[in-house]
Amino acid sequence: MPVSAAASQLIYDSLRASGVRIISALPETWLVHLIRLADDDPEMTLVRLAKEEEGVGISMGAHLAGVKSAMLMQNHGFLAAVNGVVSGAQLYRIPLLMLISARGSFGERDPWQTEGGLVTEHVLDSLRIPRICLDSASEVARTINHAQTLAYSSSRPVAILLGRRLMWEEQ
Amino acid sequence: MLRRDALAAVFPDLEREGTVVVTIMGAVAAELQDVGHRPNFFYLQHAMGLASSLGLGIALSRPELRVIVFDGDGSLLMNLGGLTTLARYRPKNLIHVVFDNESLLSVGGFPTATGTGSDLARIALAAGVPSANTVRSLDEFKRAFADALAAGDLTTLVAKVEAVGPKAFVTDLSLLENRYQFQRHLTTLKP
Repeated sequence: MPVSAAASQLIYDSLRASGVRIISALPETWLVHLIRLADDDPEMTLVRLAKEEEGVGISMGAHLAGVKSAMLMQNHGFLAAVNGVVSGAQLYRIPLLMLISARGSFGERDPWQTEGGLVTEHVLDSLRIPRICLDSASEVARTINHAQTLAYSSSRPVAILLGRRLMWEEQ
Repeated sequence: MLRRDALAAVFPDLEREGTVVVTIMGAVAAELQDVGHRPNFFYLQHAMGLASSLGLGIALSRPELRVIVFDGDGSLLMNLGGLTTLARYRPKNLIHVVFDNESLLSVGGFPTATGTGSDLARIALAAGVPSANTVRSLDEFKRAFADALAAGDLTTLVAKVEAVGPKAFVTDLSLLENRYQFQRHLTTLKP
């Protein structure tokens, strides 16, 4: 399964360097290495969720308690979390770092991913959540750094869309 | 029993140093504020379902603090999966109280499934929460709450309460004022 272990390591290292100590995740294919890295790290608390929306609550609690956190999910997971994002994180001005694997876009073979892929950016835009597509290894550190910076200065959720070209090794 | 009476009965435990309280929206938020607001109380007034998740986030971040979550049946029913996450990570410093009035009160009193046989305490146990029970009287609640504090483990305590609430749900404590003050207060609680 050609999920990029190298890209996952870069992303994980950047999250750690930015101070993240709690990661909540609902696994999907592209996130498998990232989740394993979090699981293996004794200094990271990995919370495996039943539903992505829980992760918004967990990140809210962590932030209010003074601990940096991040959410790992695919775009359908983000869609499942929208009420928590809007009436939790946005209502209460929480800097929420969301890493969202961008399934259902160009190159996608799985038909069930395609509706979600069509609407992800539009939904983020409608909710006025700043988004950036992370597509290349050389941009990982800067993008995660800049995303955290904006989340904290604006006190709002931000979204990093993890692209196929970064996460999936096969052409 | 009346929810407000239950809150008042355990209020001294809520104020204790090293404790934080998280409530969901609706009657429990307004009634706790009516009993008395303290800087270690946070009212999650929306994101229904997420009071227990938010409590878990605090409990995992600050293992030295005791976290008490006051949830409602309507809210918990929206995030039953969260009980499996609570059970999986089993925060020993979290007590999850569910005021079950068998209705969604603040939107007009619509009956929820707990009024027709759905048993949240048994769902919690089946989800893997180590200790969960249902209480119906004020004395039972006081005893069960004290037991949960003494046990030092994850507990879900379902308290059946009457379907009555405060005269008003909007209070004079603004959401953001509470949110920032609570965050600042948590920085003062040393390990």
